[in-house]
Amino acid sequence: MIKSLIYSISFHVLIILLTILSLPFMLREPIDLPPIVSVELIEITDKTSIPFAPKARKVIEKVKEEEKRVVSEQAPPSLKEKEKLDRIPMPDENKEKQKRVEKKQNPEEVKPEIRQSSEFEKKEIIDTNQIAALIDKAKEEQALTKKDSSKVTQSSVKNSFATGLTLSQEDALRAQIFGCWSVPLGLPYDENLLVRIKLKLKKDGTILKSEILDHERMNTPGQKFYKILAESALRAIRICQPLKVPPTGYEKWKEMQLNFDPTEMIKG
Amino acid sequence: MIRVILILLFFLTQTNKAFSLIEVDITRGNLDPLPIAVSPLHVDPNSKTGSNIKVKELGEKISEIVEKNFKSTGLFNPLKKDAFVQKPDIAHLKPRFEDWRLIKAQALVTGKLLIKDEKLKIEFRLWDLTASKEMIALAFTTTPSNWRRVAHIISDKIYERLTGEEGYFDTRIIYVSEEGPKNNRIKKLAIMDQDGAKTKYLTLGNELVLTPRFNPTNQLVTYLSYFRNLPRVYLLDIETGVQEVVGNFPGMTFAPRFSPDGKKIIMSFAKDGNSDIYTMDLETRVVERITEDTSIDTSPSYSPDGKYICFNSDRSGLQQIYVMKSDGSDVKRITFGKGLYGTPVWSPRGDLIAFTKVRKGRFYIGVMRADGTGERLLTENYYQEAPSWSPNGRVLIFYRETKSNSKGEGHSAKLWSIDITGYNERKIKTETDASDPSWSSLLSK
Repeated sequence: MIKSLIYSISFHVLIILLTILSLPFMLREPIDLPPIVSVELIEITDKTSIPFAPKARKVIEKVKEEEKRVVSEQAPPSLKEKEKLDRIPMPDENKEKQKRVEKKQNPEEVKPEIRQSSEFEKKEIIDTNQIAALIDKAKEEQALTKKDSSKVTQSSVKNSFATGLTLSQEDALRAQIFGCWSVPLGLPYDENLLVRIKLKLKKDGTILKSEILDHERMNTPGQKFYKILAESALRAIRICQPLKVPPTGYEKWKEMQLNFDPTEMIKG
Repeated sequence: MIRVILILLFFLTQTNKAFSLIEVDITRGNLDPLPIAVSPLHVDPNSKTGSNIKVKELGEKISEIVEKNFKSTGLFNPLKKDAFVQKPDIAHLKPRFEDWRLIKAQALVTGKLLIKDEKLKIEFRLWDLTASKEMIALAFTTTPSNWRRVAHIISDKIYERLTGEEGYFDTRIIYVSEEGPKNNRIKKLAIMDQDGAKTKYLTLGNELVLTPRFNPTNQLVTYLSYFRNLPRVYLLDIETGVQEVVGNFPGMTFAPRFSPDGKKIIMSFAKDGNSDIYTMDLETRVVERITEDTSIDTSPSYSPDGKYICFNSDRSGLQQIYVMKSDGSDVKRITFGKGLYGTPVWSPRGDLIAFTKVRKGRFYIGVMRADGTGERLLTENYYQEAPSWSPNGRVLIFYRETKSNSKGEGHSAKLWSIDITGYNERKIKTETDASDPSWSSLLSK
């Protein structure tokens, strides 16, 4: 009886320990993106090869102006706080800072919505939506698009869950590969031709190793289109390297999977 | 117990991995043509020939033809030879990949040729410069006068290796050559290589000729010509020059085309203002009526499997495209758009039907799926019609006429080609004005 009780307790303790150690959401703190990301969003959008970049810039500038207005409605932050914003705060610092900001704001003047999120979070939300809206607009004109934008959202949801790349970092990487990938236009559009490539990267974005996940399809008779597509995808990665990877968080992105799906290009 | 813990540990670490791998979906790429370097073929110094072919120039000429073929597809961008950094003979043994990458080439073609005992031996290699490896290597032996065809075959092999589709360079085009003023045109049957070289005239121009079509083996041509002022379908053997009238119809026959197995000719036969579709077996000469309708049914074209026929008919009041089984049953209308639809041609791949559409006085060449959905108009002009498919179902050739002025001057008819994506519209050079083109299948197949 006692023996089995000990077994049971130790087993349960082990399970709890393993769960705490292994499941990511147990360890990770709620997603709280550092302020620097919003700056990145604007810079990288300028660099991306989205054909509607001039339009994007206009919208972003408009958004910036709106933000300025929103900010001016709030109590002006002190000079000291501004200095702190310029460097990357550690997660703990960030929390403290948020608390301080909350204390300094005047509860009567600030609307409930604004009080719920920090100044930075607000920027992030607005920018993301605007860019998503732009992507949608660009696609509408090409008559192809809801699917694509939903895909962007899907992978960004995947990645934000994995806390690997931010939306803007992913966008920059995707835009870089768009430019390098010459899609073989002879591919049939009614076949499943998704090529998944797993990459091992160096810190500078150069490729240590590239591996096609469905490699057996490369040499299967009747799969010549898959082979052609996989070769074109590998060419794109090699031409593109060093890939545009974030300067920090190497451990998170040192392994990465790229899914090359030409369906929309071929159908278009 | 330990086993259970190990299994649990395994699953939990796997879950962790699945959570952490970043995935990025790449759904778009560029449509820029692939930069490719075509090195001149190295000519073996031991080459000797008794014929009047200049051996030394042959290596350059062949590479030029390959380059031209690639350029015409719009999918490749052959790089200028001035930038090449390696001699052809060394490059053919093993290229210095990094040097070729410097000039932004992604693929490289090298080769060498030898003429010995009146035989031309050509070998070539295709290199993937980004992966630093050979992609394909082949050798051909033929008579020296066949060097142009070898250049086309090499182009086909490289095209297939890089795009996944069969090429269409080792093919010919038959068309109606036109000369003279509009009211007194001399029309002759002409045949040429797909790049416009080696034009040959098959008829003298005494009779009017229209709508020539190849049979699947490219040896026979069926076309429309006037015999005693009556349009009749003819059959011509290109090699022997023998021609004959197809069938003994008591009236006008037109719009002929071969069945995919080449055993039958399908055409229209008109009598008393009504025209229907008929087939004639070339061996047994048995004639079969396929449609029975009081309207005008014409321009029949078989699906590549021979099970269906598409044609145009005005049975609904306006000219539209219909599809039926090859025995004439189960007729279905597939076009419902505004305007008139005509000259349907089934793609060799079987997935698309090309057509001419007329709407508000403008002519369009378009494609749609075999069930009539997904209509895409590729090109619009003052007057253009008669699309014909390249053997891989990738490119359409058609002819376009320009408007003549009030004095009847300025009229011209030229052949054009367009990719089914709607890109890469190109004029094809012909010696004279040209109309009614028909693309052969691959000669080397």
